[in-house]
Amino acid sequence: MPVTIGVPLIALFLQAFLPRRIFSIFDLPLLVTIFFAMARRNPVSGLFTGAAIGLAQDMLGPYPIGIYGIAKTIVGYGASSLGAKLDVENAGARLLVTLGFYLLHQAVFFTVARGMVNLTLNWSWSHGILAGLANGIVGMVLYFVLDKFKQRT
Amino acid sequence: MESVLGRYRNLTILVGVLFLQVLGLAVQVKRSADVEHTRLIRIWAVDAITPLEGLLVRAQNEGKDLWHNYFFLRGVRAENRQLKQQIEEMRLQQVRLSEDAAQARRLQSLLAFKEQVVMNTVPAQVIGSSGSDLSRSIYIDKGSNQGIAQDMAVITAGGIVGKVLRVYPSTSLVLMINDQSSGVGVLLEKSRLQGVLRGTSDGELVLERVMSDEQVAPGEAVLSSGGDQIFPKGFPVGVVSKVSPGKELFLNIKVHAAADLSRLEEVLVVTEKQEREAPVAENGGKMRAADILAQRLPSVPDKTAAVAAPGKPVAKSAGSLAAQGAAAIAKPQFSGSSKPAMGIGTAVGTRPPSRPAPAKLAPANTTSASPVVDSGAIPTGSGSVTAGPDGTAPSAEPNSASDPAKSATKPAPVPVKPPTTQSNPPATEDNPH
Repeated sequence: MPVTIGVPLIALFLQAFLPRRIFSIFDLPLLVTIFFAMARRNPVSGLFTGAAIGLAQDMLGPYPIGIYGIAKTIVGYGASSLGAKLDVENAGARLLVTLGFYLLHQAVFFTVARGMVNLTLNWSWSHGILAGLANGIVGMVLYFVLDKFKQRT
Repeated sequence: MESVLGRYRNLTILVGVLFLQVLGLAVQVKRSADVEHTRLIRIWAVDAITPLEGLLVRAQNEGKDLWHNYFFLRGVRAENRQLKQQIEEMRLQQVRLSEDAAQARRLQSLLAFKEQVVMNTVPAQVIGSSGSDLSRSIYIDKGSNQGIAQDMAVITAGGIVGKVLRVYPSTSLVLMINDQSSGVGVLLEKSRLQGVLRGTSDGELVLERVMSDEQVAPGEAVLSSGGDQIFPKGFPVGVVSKVSPGKELFLNIKVHAAADLSRLEEVLVVTEKQEREAPVAENGGKMRAADILAQRLPSVPDKTAAVAAPGKPVAKSAGSLAAQGAAAIAKPQFSGSSKPAMGIGTAVGTRPPSRPAPAKLAPANTTSASPVVDSGAIPTGSGSVTAGPDGTAPSAEPNSASDPAKSATKPAPVPVKPPTTQSNPPATEDNPH
């Protein structure tokens, strides 16, 4: 329980606190969402985890609350469904899964932001794929660290 | 029905949760024009995060200060020397800028321009960001308790940073100019083209709405135009870094931000700005364009001075004038009441009779031909006032003023060449064109 609440809070805090010029490309709350969703393998639990983390991230941002919430809800649901069906313990699989969910997250975010909130956001494929790969690599390390907590708990 | 819901239980819950969030989002979007209804939730979230961030930032800064101020002092002496040299250079620059500013004030007062002046700022420390790659916003450690309000401009010494988007009791959220939803009214310094500066998904700045047939060169400075009613006019925004043909009829102009937006630590929030008329010229009365023009024109050598001392060479009298050079630069000696009622064509050839002799020392270059700075602003003793890098500095040398022998041998500083900017003087009642 402390890990379930503490890790997302730490991820949110670090996301807001760490220097932008280095860490802005990483989406730590998303990585935590994917990890918890895949680890639990329960779609309902995954989607609620995603919704909670996404809404908390929305509260700190400048845009209306719910954009990240919707994106992370879908990612949480998808990751937990995938975790229930496939073995995603392998590092390579985790990299690909993280890349895929990062792109899905961005796609949902952009769709909601442009379609509903009318924000003038521009999509960049190069930035999206690079950021996805970067998040995948960081995710591999993060998942490895979080696996230790999982074993203990 | 029940069996269907049971079979697709997970999917149903997903749709339900998404529906609730979409509904909440729709309500916010619809009410966004009114009072913000999510304020309380945001305050909770911000209050939970920012105090810890503030503490950590303060501890980090204390540690950094301790290290840099007490232990790591390598190179400080060399840096000190360099900074002193920089101060000297900046003093010279200040002299030139003061002249330009005074000239601008006079012209503004002529046209009754209103100018926005930054009256008060509150320094603030950056304690965090919004925590999203797609939004460029930062949290500062000052809020409504310190007088911060929404839509206040946030700047640094380098240039503008953004505007205050949300205000909380002790913190504020600042939307930076490179956020994709941000827009700043700007103008290009040389060409005076106006446009809208927007952020991109990569955090870059793009100047929009500049037609492709306009000439924009990389390196040109971009200033705030004041049209957005947030940033006072004339603040540095950035420099044009790349120009390429864009979509439709517009240019794609990339701008490098003047302020380092990725390394912000301290910022200034403009809490008070005032719109006022430009101050009236120093002589107290309103000047006409012809007065300013006459002051800036090259002059005929003062015959009376040469005739009064026939035995002495002209250089001598010029030297005595040079001896007054510093004073001539320091204090404007034109008479504002002279008001020569002449056309521009006449003014180019002659100057008003009431114009005093020291004005002859004014160089041909228009940017420094009408020195109006206070004597205290001129660095005395350095002797380096005489030559600016672009030739805009006054031609009278303070050193020569203190060295009669030197000044005696110096040729009379007669007008070199007529200024080139008199062809289109400002219109006045007497001279409408």
